[in-house]
Amino acid sequence: MSFEVQSSSPLTLERTAPMDSSQQAYQARLRRRKTWEGLVFSLFWGAVAITALGLFIILFFMVANGWQAITLTFLTEAPREAMTQGGILPCIVGTVCLALGAMAFAFPIGIASAVYLSEYARPGKTLRLIRLGINNLAGVPSVVFGLFGLALFVTYFRFGVSILSGALTLGAMSLPVIIGTTEEALKAVPNTYREASLGLGATKWQTIYRVVLPAALPGILTGGILGIGRAAGETAPIMFTAAVFFTPSLPSSLFDKVMALPYHIYVLATAGTEIEATRPLQYGTALVLITLVLGLNLMAILYRSRLRKKSR
Amino acid sequence: MFLSRTSREKIIRRLFFVIAFVSIGTLFLIFLFLVLEGLPIFKEVSVAQFIGGHYWYPTSDPPDFGIFPLILASLAVTVLSAAISIPLGVMTAIYLAEIASRRFREIAKPVIELLASLPSVVIGFFGMVVVAPFLQETFNLGTGLNLFNAALMLAFMSVPTICSISEDAIYSVPKELKEASLALGATRLETIVKVVLPASISGISTAVILGLSRAIGETMVVLMVAGGAAMIPGSIFDPVRPLPASIAAEMAEAPFRGSHYHALFATGIVLFLFTFCFNLIADQIAHKYQQTGAATL
Repeated sequence: MSFEVQSSSPLTLERTAPMDSSQQAYQARLRRRKTWEGLVFSLFWGAVAITALGLFIILFFMVANGWQAITLTFLTEAPREAMTQGGILPCIVGTVCLALGAMAFAFPIGIASAVYLSEYARPGKTLRLIRLGINNLAGVPSVVFGLFGLALFVTYFRFGVSILSGALTLGAMSLPVIIGTTEEALKAVPNTYREASLGLGATKWQTIYRVVLPAALPGILTGGILGIGRAAGETAPIMFTAAVFFTPSLPSSLFDKVMALPYHIYVLATAGTEIEATRPLQYGTALVLITLVLGLNLMAILYRSRLRKKSR
Repeated sequence: MFLSRTSREKIIRRLFFVIAFVSIGTLFLIFLFLVLEGLPIFKEVSVAQFIGGHYWYPTSDPPDFGIFPLILASLAVTVLSAAISIPLGVMTAIYLAEIASRRFREIAKPVIELLASLPSVVIGFFGMVVVAPFLQETFNLGTGLNLFNAALMLAFMSVPTICSISEDAIYSVPKELKEASLALGATRLETIVKVVLPASISGISTAVILGLSRAIGETMVVLMVAGGAAMIPGSIFDPVRPLPASIAAEMAEAPFRGSHYHALFATGIVLFLFTFCFNLIADQIAHKYQQTGAATL
């Protein structure tokens, strides 16, 4: 049932009989109420415009200043001349390693947690406790994740400043994202699927593994893409656990330190000896990072909206 | 196949149950390791001196470990950014949920999601190279890297959080309520202000608290844009050093397991507790005033 709300209320219909003074006063009041409505609605529209404008202004500045820096050598070479020349290949490789590594941990655990929450768990204290944990984990500041990674993975487990430490830290951070999107995907699978499978004599696990998960797979993958995007863009968690200013060669094992795009931007913009001279490199690196992260997110958003339309 | 179907099912169920606790386990480990590495500082200074001390000179001799200016800076930045982000986020949410056409909403929502996904280091960089020079010239300031700039950038980071959660809350207000109000002759604005907003206030409060929590914990923006002076701000154009910025900037130089190192972990505990409380409150509100339909109002 759809109910279209008409913007003009039936009370404003013209009257045939001449109006007395109270009716005139009423009409005037109604006009005033309508004017108010128009004013406040345009204020609301202004808020939307400012928010969207913020995104476009940032994108505009990054593209306008960064596109010239993007050349083939910029993308395929290591930095030269004390970081003032050359490219950012090691940073791209490092960021890809960290983001994929993070997903290698967060994806299986996140999916399994979501399966428990949406398929097995019954409402109650335990479920509420687990949800509370996930919500709070999602709210932990990124720099605190960095401290955690430093204390647990780098120091206690003796992984050192390495891809492994960084990926584990980023993985812990993206866990709530994966759990949230997977749960949404599992909830979207119609109950009739489960009932049909159980009705044929399949066990709960067989139903989940053969029926529910395949049906939810596209949605789950979308969550994975969002997770990669989130992990690739974070700086603070890898500052103490994985990233360094410069490495002479590309990483060859999980225990190597790496350069990473977000950390590279931060260091070049704040700590380099020639901050002004490397400005084009900074813009270029920022543009590459934005393209990577927004590209992944856009992919996930478009894919998801197509999925939703299909299921409607 | 050694196991019967039912016992295999039981084992699988247990396994999933255990994995579901990984998130809580991680949260616990985070707190445990913060405490383990942070507590030793309190052998040197008392908790009251640490929280209330006005001077943060961790590298001088003898060092001063008072994080009061840092806490104040974090609160000031968060409050100022909230003054921008709450009206902007809630108004955007109202427009998208109640006023916009379906087509407009389908375009605007992804744009806001994209804003949410912008890496924080990029927003920090933008604040440094574009906003800071602009502020410096316009207001004739000593430095454009200050409290106001940081609050502005943080506001843009928390608007998407506030907006999308509020929008969900507003959108889920039962249609009967709106229809009843409109049928009584109220305008759409009157319906929104007097019916829709009161009905969705718990969802909006949750959104606002989570937005604030995101702002207070956000690191890269305040690290790059806030200016970094560890002093109590006198005006909104003073440079400041919020808690996360202090941790991120100093950890690399702090001697391993020295008192500076422990002090930074203790700062981490304070930051963790701030966001933890925010999240608990948000969770309580969301749980207590769970909206199940028109009947609960």
